[in-house]
Amino acid sequence: MQEKVAPMAKRDYDLMGASGRRAVEAGLAAAEWYHTEVPRKQMKELMQRSDGPAIRDTAIWLTAIVLSGLGGIWFWGTWWCVPFFFVYGTLYGSSSDARWHECGHGTAFRTGWMNDVVFQIASFMVMRNPVTWRWSHARHHTDTIIVGRDPEIAVMRPPDLARVILNFFGVIDVWHSMSDLVRNAFGNVSDAEKSFIPEQEWPKVVRAARVHLSIYVATVLLALFMRSWLPLMIIGLPRMYGAWHMVLVGLLQHGGLADNVTDHRLNSRTVYMNPVSRFLYMNMNYHVEHHMFPMVPFHALPRLHELIKHDLPTPNRSMLDGYREMVPAFLRQLRNEDYFLKRELPPTAKPYREEFHDLVVQAAE
Amino acid sequence: MADWIEACEADDIDEEDVLRFDHEGRTFAIYRSPDDEYFATDGLCTHEHVHLADGLVMGDIIECPKHNGQFNYKTGAAKRAPVCVNLKTYPTRVEAGKVLIQIG
Repeated sequence: MQEKVAPMAKRDYDLMGASGRRAVEAGLAAAEWYHTEVPRKQMKELMQRSDGPAIRDTAIWLTAIVLSGLGGIWFWGTWWCVPFFFVYGTLYGSSSDARWHECGHGTAFRTGWMNDVVFQIASFMVMRNPVTWRWSHARHHTDTIIVGRDPEIAVMRPPDLARVILNFFGVIDVWHSMSDLVRNAFGNVSDAEKSFIPEQEWPKVVRAARVHLSIYVATVLLALFMRSWLPLMIIGLPRMYGAWHMVLVGLLQHGGLADNVTDHRLNSRTVYMNPVSRFLYMNMNYHVEHHMFPMVPFHALPRLHELIKHDLPTPNRSMLDGYREMVPAFLRQLRNEDYFLKRELPPTAKPYREEFHDLVVQAAE
Repeated sequence: MADWIEACEADDIDEEDVLRFDHEGRTFAIYRSPDDEYFATDGLCTHEHVHLADGLVMGDIIECPKHNGQFNYKTGAAKRAPVCVNLKTYPTRVEAGKVLIQIG
């Protein structure tokens, strides 16, 4: 892994700010990104949609949620509820993110309404306005980790490590989600949101927020009526006590890597993971592949990986391997926010187009 | 007056697939439906101008490869976000094994 240090520059992550304007001027916004060459015939095979894998996945997911939830309710009041709520929370608060993501892309199922139904359920669980986040994710794919353009940069520079740690328990995210929810429910769509959501969608943002808020209000009222935390342990709180796996895998997507580049091999990370995590994560550990070819559904990503890995940096062997390189990079970014890890390419890969990326190698050693 | 332009050989496109066709600085997408009919639209997604010929054809739908927005390529209608603006379509016919599109 080669260490890279670029000239110091102040980053403004505000979508209405100076960095975003600079990105547009520099041609980084809505730019053309690097793609590995894949023959059309093979790409068509990989893109093919099927309901089967997602029906199977959703059946397992929902069954596990229901059973673990019932177990938590049954044993409520005893320590036996803890393992049940651990499972329930992880499924509700973490793996909902992957279902939100895949169904938001429309790639989980072949049948459109199935994607939409699971997308709505998962959006609620992960506390995301389904309208806002569909559009913010589109922007994330257009301008991946382009400062001032991408609304979904998880770790800004310099990294706020306290925020990262608190988000393992959903603390910061839930605060922002709830604030945005109430704001949207009262009819307010912010200027930042308006910058990536088309005007005809703004009323839908408000409507979705009112539906979500109504469910939370009803849950709180039920909890008050029952004089018990149990309703909130089932709805709402799992986004906090179950968020750990989502954050654990999510940070690896882009953490410590380049920003303001137009090659996903530089700003995204593929990590080999255990099968349980891959089920929870719907194969999003193949993150370079996903960003390069977002039309490939989750169940085909391992095959896509095998096809193009010759042109990609070597994946991290495990989450631990990924964290071993990422955490030191975060710490280094505290001292120098321009520092990033440059992903080395194998000899079989097409080289990075250095002339298109603002990469300046300074003597870091 | 709109001209009929030869875009490709009919067999250049697999069934339920799409092909890019460039002509005089403009780019088009030529489709072959599962029913062996041919259609043509503007070649760029109306959302962020990505080439639809790199996308996926499913029935009468073309899905953009960048953000999974969908259009009905027969009518040009935008069917799934983030696409909101319809695609322009062009009359198409097949003569002697060649696909022709009428562009103004």
